[in-house]
Amino acid sequence: MYSQGLIGADDKTAEDQAFLDAFQKRIDAEEKIEPNDPMPAAYRSTLIRMIGQHAHSEIVGMLPEGNWITRAPSLRRKVALLAKVQDEGGHGLYLYSAAETLGVSREQMTEELLSGKAKYSSIFNYPTPTWADIGTIGWLVDGAAIMNQVPLCRCSYGPYARAMIRVCKEESFHQRQGYELVQNLCAGTTEQKAMAQDSLNRWWWPSLMMFGPSDTDSQHSDLSMKWKIKRFTNDELRQKFVDATVPQAKLIGLSMPDADLKWNADKNNGQGGYDFGAIDWDEFWRVVKGHGMMNKDRIKARKKAWDDGAWVREAAQAYAKKQNTQVAAA
Amino acid sequence: MSNEQNMPLWEVFIRPRTGLHHKHVGSLHAADSTMAMHAARDVYTRREEGDSIWVVASSHIHASDPKRSGENFDPASDKVYRHPSFYDIPDEVGHM
Amino acid sequence: MSAPLLHTVVQIADDHLISGHRLSEWCGHAPMLEEDLSMPNMALDLIGQARTLYSYAARLENKGRTEDDFAYLRTDREYQNCLLVERPNTDFAHTMLRQLYFATYMKFFWESMHESSDETLSALSHKAIKEISYHVRHCGEWVVRLGDGTTESAEKMSDAVQALHPYTEELFEVDESRQHGIDKGIFPDHANLKTQWQNTIDAIFVQAKLTLPEIGFAQTGGRKGLHTEDFGMLLAQLQYLPRAYPGASW
Repeated sequence: MYSQGLIGADDKTAEDQAFLDAFQKRIDAEEKIEPNDPMPAAYRSTLIRMIGQHAHSEIVGMLPEGNWITRAPSLRRKVALLAKVQDEGGHGLYLYSAAETLGVSREQMTEELLSGKAKYSSIFNYPTPTWADIGTIGWLVDGAAIMNQVPLCRCSYGPYARAMIRVCKEESFHQRQGYELVQNLCAGTTEQKAMAQDSLNRWWWPSLMMFGPSDTDSQHSDLSMKWKIKRFTNDELRQKFVDATVPQAKLIGLSMPDADLKWNADKNNGQGGYDFGAIDWDEFWRVVKGHGMMNKDRIKARKKAWDDGAWVREAAQAYAKKQNTQVAAA
Repeated sequence: MSNEQNMPLWEVFIRPRTGLHHKHVGSLHAADSTMAMHAARDVYTRREEGDSIWVVASSHIHASDPKRSGENFDPASDKVYRHPSFYDIPDEVGHM
Repeated sequence: MSAPLLHTVVQIADDHLISGHRLSEWCGHAPMLEEDLSMPNMALDLIGQARTLYSYAARLENKGRTEDDFAYLRTDREYQNCLLVERPNTDFAHTMLRQLYFATYMKFFWESMHESSDETLSALSHKAIKEISYHVRHCGEWVVRLGDGTTESAEKMSDAVQALHPYTEELFEVDESRQHGIDKGIFPDHANLKTQWQNTIDAIFVQAKLTLPEIGFAQTGGRKGLHTEDFGMLLAQLQYLPRAYPGASW
């Protein structure tokens, strides 16, 4: 999205108070910020970090579900899963494009992912040992992602907001297919239902962690909110997710693995909501820091795809170069 | 990572159906225009989004400078006589 | 019910399922992100066609079997796809060439099927031809780029030709059932298909600076249910859940 003119451009805009105030005024007036507009360096770097992480999450997110494409148990499930994992690749692509408008290249971002410098959503460092996990991921992980993503459609940075509108439109089938899959298991044999409950037990807490650290501990929240990159805090979104999901589980006869979960009529300004147990933040940080069951395998798989593909990308470039030379000579 | 692998960026424009303009929908990487066209089709028209695609090398796009937005666009704001509502005609004339 | 027609329809369905399966193995591991969208698109086309064909087979057979019964619950020897489509992905050169060989065959097949005396297959051919024509174009463009790209890519492309070309003869094999269909005007004359196929491949190979290898011996067997060892592993994955939980619905 018109990023070429920006790559390597001098973004050392003098950030005096007048500049920052003028920028904040545009944000407060709900004006969108576009690629070539002047912006504080911290706004740019926050967005590059956020969009990059988001893109990496989509790409790494292809792996746990991709794990079941060749083993999907019916042709109907197979095409749905394949189309969904393909969508995630597409979403990664839209997001890398959005980040590229800020002057960072896809290659740079890929390098940062492969070197471990850039982060991605921790949820994808959990394994998918059973078919039920495909349903649970669609239902919970995509469900949590949607909670996060819908407000991002109104993000102050134009290219990110536009990419997110496209992402959200396409994602609408993901959660439904996941829930339908789990529902089907619950209506099936005893073994299938047990498979669904086991899967929920493993994914419930990691799903809650997807919203990120509690507001009291989140280092990035304040500035992101002020600049309207984010619109809701981590805890607000987490609560919304719990309130939406608990009844969905009940409806198909599953229970959340949380003894402290209970209805609280006073919550959410008297509208009611669920109290839930304490999240194990040690586990969260352990996985973020690289010690989840699948961290190393995920990066290894991405690195293999990238390295094995190098000769293909080089060949495409070499061929294009030869064609251009021929055209120029003719 | 070698430079040989850094594929050029392309902007993609899709026309939803005949009679409408092509609209910018996003970008992608490809080594040449043929592969950019394939990728545009595979990435941006999976849900019947259009019936025609343009791909343009991003390096060929010249954008106006936001720092000159004032001199470029503000002068048009007070030229109200360019709009039909500026002119009063009797109601009896009806739609004109 | 027509036993010969059923037999051939299942063969074509198997070609599509297995071809789509192999392509789907790439999802998330492609050489570039753009290809991570292209290959699943092709896989979805192929599996979609397999579903239509299996459903038709189920109707022809009329014994209450479903598309999934055909796709998942047969033994190794009952699958009758040609060997070409089951060959492992190996690398991007092998994969693009394998798909090009198969798609080019199917393109001319579906083109002639517009005139088929079988209404169901004739109707399917109009949808399928559009999908498969793009596969020929996409894989063909890649074969040209890899063949005429770098020294390394040319080598890999040439290896792929050596490895896969012996499996192309089987595409044009005509068994008793197929001959029956050809005689009844359901299926096209395969000698003619072979000429069309060869012309297209020749033209692409010229652009790709590839040479056709001498084939010492054409590998066949798939149409009789005799498969390479890799195929057993493919089926082990494909069939795992329905085999582990008999009777369950998903």
